[in-house]
Amino acid sequence: MVTTEQTDLQSVTRRIRRHIVNQVYAAKSGHIGGSMSSTEILSVLYGRILRHDPKRPDWAERDRFIMSKGHCTPLQYAILAEFGYIPVDELSTFRQKGSRLQGHSVLGKPAGVENSAGSLGMGLSFGLGIRLGLRLRGQDPHVYVLMGDGEQQEGQVWEAAMAAAHHGVDRLVALIDRNGIQNDDFTKNTMESTPLDEKYRAFGWEVRTDVDGHDLAAVEAALTWARDVRGKPACVIFDTVKGKGVSFMENNPNFHGAPPTDDEYARAMQELPA
Amino acid sequence: MTTVQATAATRDALGPTLVRLQQSGAVDLVVVDADLGKSTTSRKFKDAYPERFFTVGVAEQNMVSVAGGLATLGYTVFASTFAVFIEHAFDQLRMSVAQPRLNVKIVASHGGVSTGEDGASAQSIEDIALFSSLATFKVGVPADVVEAEAMIEAAAKDPGPWYIRTGRPKLPVLYTDGSRYEIGKAGRLREGNDVTLVAYGLMVERALRAADVLAAEGIQARVLNIATIRPLDTAALEAAARETGAIVVAEEHLSHTGLGAMAAQALATRHPVPMEFVAIPDRYGESGTWDQVLEIMGLTPQGVVEAARRVVARKRA
Repeated sequence: MVTTEQTDLQSVTRRIRRHIVNQVYAAKSGHIGGSMSSTEILSVLYGRILRHDPKRPDWAERDRFIMSKGHCTPLQYAILAEFGYIPVDELSTFRQKGSRLQGHSVLGKPAGVENSAGSLGMGLSFGLGIRLGLRLRGQDPHVYVLMGDGEQQEGQVWEAAMAAAHHGVDRLVALIDRNGIQNDDFTKNTMESTPLDEKYRAFGWEVRTDVDGHDLAAVEAALTWARDVRGKPACVIFDTVKGKGVSFMENNPNFHGAPPTDDEYARAMQELPA
Repeated sequence: MTTVQATAATRDALGPTLVRLQQSGAVDLVVVDADLGKSTTSRKFKDAYPERFFTVGVAEQNMVSVAGGLATLGYTVFASTFAVFIEHAFDQLRMSVAQPRLNVKIVASHGGVSTGEDGASAQSIEDIALFSSLATFKVGVPADVVEAEAMIEAAAKDPGPWYIRTGRPKLPVLYTDGSRYEIGKAGRLREGNDVTLVAYGLMVERALRAADVLAAEGIQARVLNIATIRPLDTAALEAAARETGAIVVAEEHLSHTGLGAMAAQALATRHPVPMEFVAIPDRYGESGTWDQVLEIMGLTPQGVVEAARRVVARKRA
């Protein structure tokens, strides 16, 4: 594993936020808002929780991370760069012709991307399939699935939630980035999905909610709790801020999928410490 | 002396073939089901290997994405439901199976209009079009239960996504001496040089009956069983076009998006000849016995005979 307890996650998250903005600015397309809101969740997951080895991305005993909100590739590739899967330089090829770093997640591009996504709502099912297959082999790796809160509007999420509990699947962890904004508008204006915790509990899951998704210690405590749940699938609902780290992007529905202008880019990089 | 012709439904091949394959040790099978395992016969696999059988309830979208996840671990994954219900999960087939090219085999029973009494909602007339539009899928329809067994085995041993349509009606067994099914190869069931009758599924037997009628009229029809629709045996089609000069495509599917359209496209760049199509026009089915519904749709030996007469006349004109 490339990370240790000593890895400074504060500096990792600082670099990742700059990688996210740099990628989307260079590509003139991509999704900053939801990438920034999930930055601490994935940094802690890869740095402290996930059993993985960037030198052996096909290691059979690895934990799996499934990116269900497949538009948040600027974050996913920044994570893979910071944790040793790809060179940091490669991030400059994001969304460009010939690049492995496709606009939305593509299984195996690069190694370390475990699923194809872009249509929402499928990751929890895909992760459930992986966990069922691991259990059949008597293997204990965990499967972590990151979803958005807008994504909870997809019916398939609840098909998977029902089936996971029915089959008594554990070591399957749903991570929900509740940033409160989706493509067109605030989630509460589009399709209210709260209370999510009660829904998942009613479906038979262990749930921890109202976790501050930008507090590294809180994120680590919640992920550690979820990792250790047995007998049921586990769900952690993180409260986050879309566009976190750049004042004019924060909680602003206009920064879901739009690239920054030259001026916005300059201001954003001033606000993001190196 | 009367001979009784053996009949069986192609759907009956699924469960027993999966059990046999798992017993053979040649493949590492798991099966996902959406509450129709009794009808598709996949439940016979559950009886033998309960730990390898996962039901997701009536949730086809979940079934397909779960199947994709299982396949990442190296399993050969079979998922089954009715042909009409797998259509419910088209985007999951695209994102969770086709794009990552995972080793998932969809075997959907009750294909075509020959589900009969259940009416239009249960009659899949667009499944071949949908699966043929998934770039990495292979697509096959067996003509009898013997070929169904061979096709399921071939698919199990061929890495990557597959769609196999099976049916409910009990059909005559054509391959009484065993199947010679090969992926992507048309079966030549009858020789002739005046016209070629191209078919798959239950229309193969109807094309053979049509060929008998045509022979009595002095028209010698070649009969091709295109059991694999994707990849299409374009060499067999081209040879048929060159050697017989006229082609009829007969299929239990919407006309403009089925094998007929694909065959016409293939021949347009190779060796165009007059073609006729015996297929479902722009309409949905209705209730009736399975052979009555086929008759409503014109999917009869007589329909094939008339199309053959038309195409031979065009060729000679």
